[in-house]
Amino acid sequence: MAILITDTTETILSDARVEGERLWLSSSELEAATGWSSRPEGFCRESICVPIPPGREREFLRGDQIDAAMLWRHLGQPLEHSEDRGTWVFGTSAADRAAALSSLEAPDFSLPDPSGRRHSLSQHRGKKVLLVSWASW
Amino acid sequence: MWQALYEELKDHGFVVIAVALDSREGDPLPWIEAAAPSYPCLIDADHRLADLYHMVNVPQAVWIDEHGMIVRPTEPAGAYEGFRRMDRVTREMPADAARMTAETKATYLNAIRDWVRLGRTSRHVFDAERARARAPRHTEDVARAHVAFRLGQHLIRQGQAEEGDRWLAEASRLHPDSWAMWRQRAGVTELGLAAQPDFWARVDALAERRYYAPIDMEGMP
Repeated sequence: MAILITDTTETILSDARVEGERLWLSSSELEAATGWSSRPEGFCRESICVPIPPGREREFLRGDQIDAAMLWRHLGQPLEHSEDRGTWVFGTSAADRAAALSSLEAPDFSLPDPSGRRHSLSQHRGKKVLLVSWASW
Repeated sequence: MWQALYEELKDHGFVVIAVALDSREGDPLPWIEAAAPSYPCLIDADHRLADLYHMVNVPQAVWIDEHGMIVRPTEPAGAYEGFRRMDRVTREMPADAARMTAETKATYLNAIRDWVRLGRTSRHVFDAERARARAPRHTEDVARAHVAFRLGQHLIRQGQAEEGDRWLAEASRLHPDSWAMWRQRAGVTELGLAAQPDFWARVDALAERRYYAPIDMEGMP
């Protein structure tokens, strides 16, 4: 069993097989955890598809499982795992962050207030927002 | 700091969203309760906002208009270096540093008022080209730092404090410009004021470099 953490999700993977740097997931687990799915045309997320490099299918696919870590690296995205390989964090590349910020569309987020109630940026659409960081340290 | 401004402007289509880059159990809560702000105060234990908006310190702010567009990218929220000249025992600032600190803050608040009143025609609103040019840029090391930080915070929450702390250390190694990551870790491994000498040492090591970047705003002292 393992947990896969992305920007917006934390998914417990009950079917995952971890082998060294490889994280083999079922197609449905991959999609639930990352939004990427395996199709004939390659790996797809929303309207984007990335083909598997010809001849390298076995680096990515094994039966009905997909090496999610291989996919993530292939997409140019950073990832790390805990020493016991029970926790995997799939991050977002600098290129993607920069592209998002230079679009000038403020990235949405959802965070809890002290009572645990979640708030998003998008729920304040229609107002001018001063988004400001602070800390107790 | 923002409550008075929020009260003044909230009926003019303005809201403050304050996000605590903070994760020690209960840490932001006494502060929030004491201030009793009426705008959203959110807890960002994993510093996700720092990742999305390339924030490295507090207070930093982003101005987002009614259409969800960034009109001023991440910048110090009217914060100034004055504290570096504070007497570290009495915590008093020399008069000129205190004045600059107050003027920087006042200028920033007035700019927000101007924006709320004038919208896109405010001189403090960046046009698209300037907003893009001022957008902060991650490096791939910073992207990796945020992964390491997220992993470290998760492991600490799971009770794996030693490995978690190693990941926080790695995050700071990859992203040395982030005071938020450094101070979060300092808060986890040391108690309260014990972290202060390390903090001052790190500030002093900046030498001539800025702790807060200059704010690109007309009227800033």
